[in-house]
Amino acid sequence: MAAKTIISRPIYGTLSPQPGKHHLFIADAEGALAITDMAGKAPPGFFDGAEIDFIPGPEGKHIAALEALKPAQLHLSPSFASLLPRLKQTLTNAHMGLRLYLAGTEGLIGQAMQVALEAGMDHTSMQTEHRGSLARRMQCVHCKGITENVTTQPALCSHCGLLLLVRDHYSRRLAAFQGVCINAEDRSEIPPMEETFP
Amino acid sequence: MGITFRKETFRDDYTFRNSPEHIRRFPFPFNEDAYMYAVNIEPHVVGPKGSVLENLIDVDEHYVAEMQDRALVLAEDPLRCQSLPHMTLAGWDLLELLMEQQALGYPEHFTLERNGDRWRWINRPLGIDDTFTFGDTATLPYGPMEYITRQSQGDFCILDQRDGNLWMDAGMVTTQADWSLDFDIGMNFFEWHAPVPLAHEKGIFTRALKFLTNIQQGKPARRLNWTMTINPRLDTSPENYHKWGPDRATVTPENVGQKVHLRVELQSFWRLPRSNAIVFPIRCYLIKMDELVTQPKWARRLHRVIRDLPEELATYKGLTRYRPTLVEWLSKLDDGSPTSPGFGPD
Repeated sequence: MAAKTIISRPIYGTLSPQPGKHHLFIADAEGALAITDMAGKAPPGFFDGAEIDFIPGPEGKHIAALEALKPAQLHLSPSFASLLPRLKQTLTNAHMGLRLYLAGTEGLIGQAMQVALEAGMDHTSMQTEHRGSLARRMQCVHCKGITENVTTQPALCSHCGLLLLVRDHYSRRLAAFQGVCINAEDRSEIPPMEETFP
Repeated sequence: MGITFRKETFRDDYTFRNSPEHIRRFPFPFNEDAYMYAVNIEPHVVGPKGSVLENLIDVDEHYVAEMQDRALVLAEDPLRCQSLPHMTLAGWDLLELLMEQQALGYPEHFTLERNGDRWRWINRPLGIDDTFTFGDTATLPYGPMEYITRQSQGDFCILDQRDGNLWMDAGMVTTQADWSLDFDIGMNFFEWHAPVPLAHEKGIFTRALKFLTNIQQGKPARRLNWTMTINPRLDTSPENYHKWGPDRATVTPENVGQKVHLRVELQSFWRLPRSNAIVFPIRCYLIKMDELVTQPKWARRLHRVIRDLPEELATYKGLTRYRPTLVEWLSKLDDGSPTSPGFGPD
């Protein structure tokens, strides 16, 4: 987690088993480890009513560890975009009392939360745990384009090409941090790009 | 006698000016020679004749030009006006409030006729004469909030009240001091104020929220806020920061008087009757330095305020690049003599 924070920046917790019969986990990459760590605290039979939607990422790790939990469903997706139609369907048809657990990168947590909010769930009723990369999902305030997996400060907008300051100001509705032109007042000033969100 | 509306622009050739009467009525925001945040909220009651508080919703000589500028902004970027689906009723509340207040304060310019739900609205400065059914969105050319705020000076945020908090769930924001409605819509009071430095630590927002959530119908409140803008540009949105930001590097000792503007927001807060939402009009007043310093007290005081402003605030308000030039220019108008208490000119 970044040390400096402001109030709009999300605060993540540690996954813990919630009462109920229906549990939906959405995780990417290292987020799998948040689930396996939590499993140690879960009552017997907890995963009998659980679905895990997992995006392993390029390294493809942790799949066996999740299989070992014997969830009712383990669904693997190559990307969040490919998971989205299924996730929307699942949340639309969800029972009252479905418990949602989001674990992994901020981009994954934010986008899954965005879908759940649109489906009428309250953000405070979701369990979240940040694991893995600090990379940010960023909206360019100028052209409105979203740039995924931003690791540098400043960062280039992948749509309009402006050099943006990645702010801590965060919108749950957009599931994105705000990017604002860093050298708007004098375009000849080019601050060095540092790997701030590895 | 009605208002003589100026023909002027807030972009390109920047022909915006204040008449001498409007300079005298400018809502100068400093009542002492220093500035720091405070919960400076007071009841929004009618003030002296000839002041911006003569009516609770102020219409001035810039009305027509400001509405033309708003139309240009919206044509370029429709996301400046947004309303989440549950906010339509609050939009009707706002339409009623603004029609009533403008017709009350300026009967020579605005007329509202009501016959049950059948309303007729005449806006003479903009050449509008519309009859519609109150509550039926299909009878207006825009949603109710957009319709009336295309005819009312200032930005408007409508805040839904729930869970002991206020949520920025609708707004018309085309003259903002560098914040994005499109980014902040749906946020609660603390979230959308998150980037403001110092004030959170001082507990400003906790106290302000407590006050605002207790506002009662018929008892609006107000406060002043301020910043500075280079050129009389209303649309200083973050969306267009890469277009207006370079202006900040153009201030020279020779052009301070014409280029640098004090930008004051008269913010008011009203409980809406049907929706229980709060509407938060943010009325923007601009004055260029050459106009402001025609009042010697304001010149002396502004010099001391800008000179002594804490660095974080100067940075947040975007003054850093031209502050030394501005302070040097103002210092020549400050002989060190005391200033009288209160906001007004001597």
